[in-house]
Amino acid sequence: MTFTIKSYINPMPPILSVSGLSKTYATGFSALKNINLDIEKGEIFALLGPNGAGKTTLISIICGIVTKSTGHVLVGGHDNEREFRATRQMIGLVPQELSLAIFDTVWATISFSRQLFGKPRDDAHLEKVLRQLSLWDKKDAKIMTLSGGMKRRVLIAKALAHEPTVLFLDEPTAGVDVELRKDMWNVVRELRANGVTIILTTHYIEEAEEMADRVGVINKGELILVEKKQALMDKMGQKRLLIALEKPLERLPKKVSDMGFALGQSGGQLAYSYDSKHERPDVAKLLSGLAAAKINYTDLSTQQSSLEEIFLGLVKP
Amino acid sequence: MNLLGVSAIFIYEMRRFFRTLFQSLISPVISTTLYFVVFGSAIGGRITQIEGVSYGAFIVPGMIMLALLGQSISNASFGIYFPKFSGTIYEYLSAPVSSLEMVLGFVGAAAAKSILIGLVILATSFLFVDVRIMHPFWMLLFLVLTGFTFSLFGFIIGLWADGFEKLQIIPLLIVTPLTFLGGSFYSIKVLPPFWQGVSYFNPVVYLISGFRWAFYEVSDVSLGVALGMTIMFMLACLTGVYWIFRTGYRLKN
Repeated sequence: MTFTIKSYINPMPPILSVSGLSKTYATGFSALKNINLDIEKGEIFALLGPNGAGKTTLISIICGIVTKSTGHVLVGGHDNEREFRATRQMIGLVPQELSLAIFDTVWATISFSRQLFGKPRDDAHLEKVLRQLSLWDKKDAKIMTLSGGMKRRVLIAKALAHEPTVLFLDEPTAGVDVELRKDMWNVVRELRANGVTIILTTHYIEEAEEMADRVGVINKGELILVEKKQALMDKMGQKRLLIALEKPLERLPKKVSDMGFALGQSGGQLAYSYDSKHERPDVAKLLSGLAAAKINYTDLSTQQSSLEEIFLGLVKP
Repeated sequence: MNLLGVSAIFIYEMRRFFRTLFQSLISPVISTTLYFVVFGSAIGGRITQIEGVSYGAFIVPGMIMLALLGQSISNASFGIYFPKFSGTIYEYLSAPVSSLEMVLGFVGAAAAKSILIGLVILATSFLFVDVRIMHPFWMLLFLVLTGFTFSLFGFIIGLWADGFEKLQIIPLLIVTPLTFLGGSFYSIKVLPPFWQGVSYFNPVVYLISGFRWAFYEVSDVSLGVALGMTIMFMLACLTGVYWIFRTGYRLKN
């Protein structure tokens, strides 16, 4: 299956194009199976999947860290093996692990990253990156003295040191507290505003829900779905009508359960689930059914299923 | 070519050496002094000359080679193994740096460090014995070739190793015995014919012979053979490194 946005909608060629990509390890384990994926310039793409699904392997092949078995990867129209210099200069990678040279200072490590990517010294750019990530006052600190969240920021600073146009964030907020996570989301939004394409893997579904333009779901090495986030939620989202009861019920009368209601665990709430895309429930009829059964209620509310619930539904064995 | 990338790796590796400059340099100076005390004074008192060269001066090229081989291997193997161990290798592999450029950065720095140490040992030797360098060009050529070749060998060990203990196995079990048995402290001509024959299978014999010839014009094998064998070993190591990067063995798999 190939997932693309049609050219008549967006005439720009994709910034990243993966076709027929597979990876089989020497042990025979097939980590990726015929992946086809196009990423448009300037979008935020979230790649979701359970542990061991192949997210990191996919990113690692695109970045040149792992060799592929078959297929092609084009970044900005350049083949990532034959024209590796062009593609790698465009890419910044924030790995999942906190892999840092702990004896170095923050400034030394980001200067090293910039030079390694063949970029001449530019202290003003490095200062801008450090300030953006609230690391400027830590520039002379040794990495070993920093907290986990700060180390994560240093990894992002290293990835941005050579001014990439495509940024891969592999579980960027793993182990980061809520406040820091929100700061990072702001940084990501700012980068996107500056034209950087962002591909992130995450197991915080709220992160994808909060930031992504499109979502891809990978499971057991297969890309099982790519969809615009809102379209995915609209298409697959379940809605629930929640009714708070005046008095808790021990069990639901048969007439009411036949209407589609389910009793909440405490017995104080009724829930009616429906597909928001294909079904418009007759609320008046439902409520009159409750009145006929002499069930009084105090409040009504609706709840839309989250991306997490959709995701769990997709990867459920 | 990404020269900035090569220099980034080279400078980073050299900084590690200069951060611990005192330990890096004092250790070979102490070892050299001990060798002179043990071999030069104790044994040298009984063996006055070998092929017209005083025993103390005769062992100087061997001592330099001994340190050069050990330092080249340990510097290069640790240099590439540590990023693998700490996970920072991801940055090198995802950077626009070719395999050759990575080798130039890592192996160049490892060779430069070991050559510096070799020169420090040479300088220390002048304090103890009358060292003559009859062919400085050849001496430097052998020093650089050997430093680079064994740094390549160490680089392969570092790429191959998947634990700290494996970094030590080959230097400890193979390289050190070959160096001691390769004529560091004696001429293989003093051995019985059978062991002389066996010694010619030891590649270190050729390195030491060529190097010693550059000092005193005495050697166990001809200069051409010594140079040829050194270059052959270097090409074998280059082939090994090329294969590792091409296949991604223990690096990209």
